[in-house]
Amino acid sequence: MTSTGTQDRVVRVASGQGFWGDSLDAPRQQVEGGQVDYLMLDYLAEVTMSILQKQKERDPDMGYARDFLGAIESVLPAIVERGVRVVANAGGVNPVACARAVLDVAAKRGAAGRVKVGVVTGDDLLPRLDELLASGHELRNMDTGEPLSVIRDRVLSANAYIGSTPIVEALARGANVVVTGRSTDTALTMAPLRHEFGWGAEDWNALAAGIIAGHILECGAQCSGGNCLYDWRSIPDLANVGYPIAEARADGTFVVTKHPGTGGRVSFHSVAEQLVYEMGDPHAYITPDVVADFTSIRLEEVGPDRVRVHGITGKPATDKLKVSIAYRFGWKAVGTLVYSWPDAMEKAQLADRVLRERLDRLGLKFDEVLTEFVGASATHGPLAGAPAADLPEVQLRVGVRGTDRASVERFTREIAPLVLNGPPSVTGFAGGRPKVEEIVAYWPALVDKTVVHTNVEVLS
Amino acid sequence: MKVRLLDVAHARSGDKGDTANVGVIALKPEWYALLDRYVTRDRVAQHFRGMITGDVVRFELPNLLALNFLLHGALGGGGTLSLKTDAQGKVYSTALLRMVLDVPADEARQLGLPVHAG
Repeated sequence: MTSTGTQDRVVRVASGQGFWGDSLDAPRQQVEGGQVDYLMLDYLAEVTMSILQKQKERDPDMGYARDFLGAIESVLPAIVERGVRVVANAGGVNPVACARAVLDVAAKRGAAGRVKVGVVTGDDLLPRLDELLASGHELRNMDTGEPLSVIRDRVLSANAYIGSTPIVEALARGANVVVTGRSTDTALTMAPLRHEFGWGAEDWNALAAGIIAGHILECGAQCSGGNCLYDWRSIPDLANVGYPIAEARADGTFVVTKHPGTGGRVSFHSVAEQLVYEMGDPHAYITPDVVADFTSIRLEEVGPDRVRVHGITGKPATDKLKVSIAYRFGWKAVGTLVYSWPDAMEKAQLADRVLRERLDRLGLKFDEVLTEFVGASATHGPLAGAPAADLPEVQLRVGVRGTDRASVERFTREIAPLVLNGPPSVTGFAGGRPKVEEIVAYWPALVDKTVVHTNVEVLS
Repeated sequence: MKVRLLDVAHARSGDKGDTANVGVIALKPEWYALLDRYVTRDRVAQHFRGMITGDVVRFELPNLLALNFLLHGALGGGGTLSLKTDAQGKVYSTALLRMVLDVPADEARQLGLPVHAG
């Protein structure tokens, strides 16, 4: 191929956060460990949205990922002095408050006026739900087919997953930091590439490549040696694991790598594991930007910790957006006790029977009571086979779920007494009574793209 | 001959609502055909009997040496509803790798498969 300036140009997008709760040091390590152009930080998961929603209920200025402010502080010199740009969905259910907090951090650190923050809004459909329902958008549950009207009175939040277009606009308008609410995780990587390479709205193959780069980066170090099952013993220096970087070109090919001198490993197998993570139909990975075909992906190891990704094809996007609706579902609590050798399993099983009998006698009603024996069968169920006779200990773990808070509360008071009035050799109750948690459940739905209007503001 | 899936493949799993997905990847390119032939939809459904309440769907990704399975009704309601330790299906991957395949001796020798004693 003849090389032209554009074809040769490489844009480096670094991933510095795979979920809210990921390494606090990774964002700084990514900008200090070598040349990067963009830092992508993914803070959102379905569970995270419900936590943020609860925080916003308590305080209207909250509802975003506060760890993001620490990340911004740690990479501020790179943003201001080297022009590294940050794209994050840290805005959660309150992106405007998040953007203002970013400006406060910049001001406090002597960078007032030197940071422009782009805010993408429009994903929040909560204020418009009744209007949408009235105009025939039923927001049926994608899994059960039920219309939203069934749970309308319990809805806490409703956010459409928006694509990369408004982020591209924010970048074009000069934002150094872009904050979104519920954008797709993949859009955080896609947007910088669209901005840099000018991919058209119908360059399906290039767009699909951007989405797949995003899918590889969105879980942080999970593609560069973290949580990697393949030959895990030989993966070096996980304590200093390098987070991934996509070195992308205008033609839609990219190399997945990490900074030299870091731990972990980028290989065919580490990238393949990440590609299949949370995968549905690989022929149609549906995003607001494009439908990507994962069966087209070619992976090639081109050097140590360098995997070239190419051959990607995509198809036109659909005319719908996914909507994630959170609603009050009920209450749950989980309690644990540890039973020791000898006969640990038998004791734990007896304790479970005693507990259930007491719950029955109290007349408590639950939608579900689940018992697990941690150390024997909790994660593999019947596949684990019969437990060893001489287990040193087993943890009895009992969870209940129901719509009556009082019943769940009563359950939490029936675990501790087992320590004195149940089977012997029991310990592990120092954590105290189990916590009653409100369950915020998810209602996935689809809505016509035409009814969602995004808005971009650049604050400075 | 008995061949443990753990010895010929690796895997990763995750969740979508009450569905767990398991991507299973051959350790060597020449072993993908083995997965394709023996790790069938029915075999996986039978493997997870009693652990999942819905259907199993299978997809092939030969370019990644991988198969992808969707295990419906695997997560006790999924997400925030589930009372399970593995509420997001993160280790269904290893549960699948417990599977033991019956491979004809000739084929196993030809492919250099590690044979499982158990």
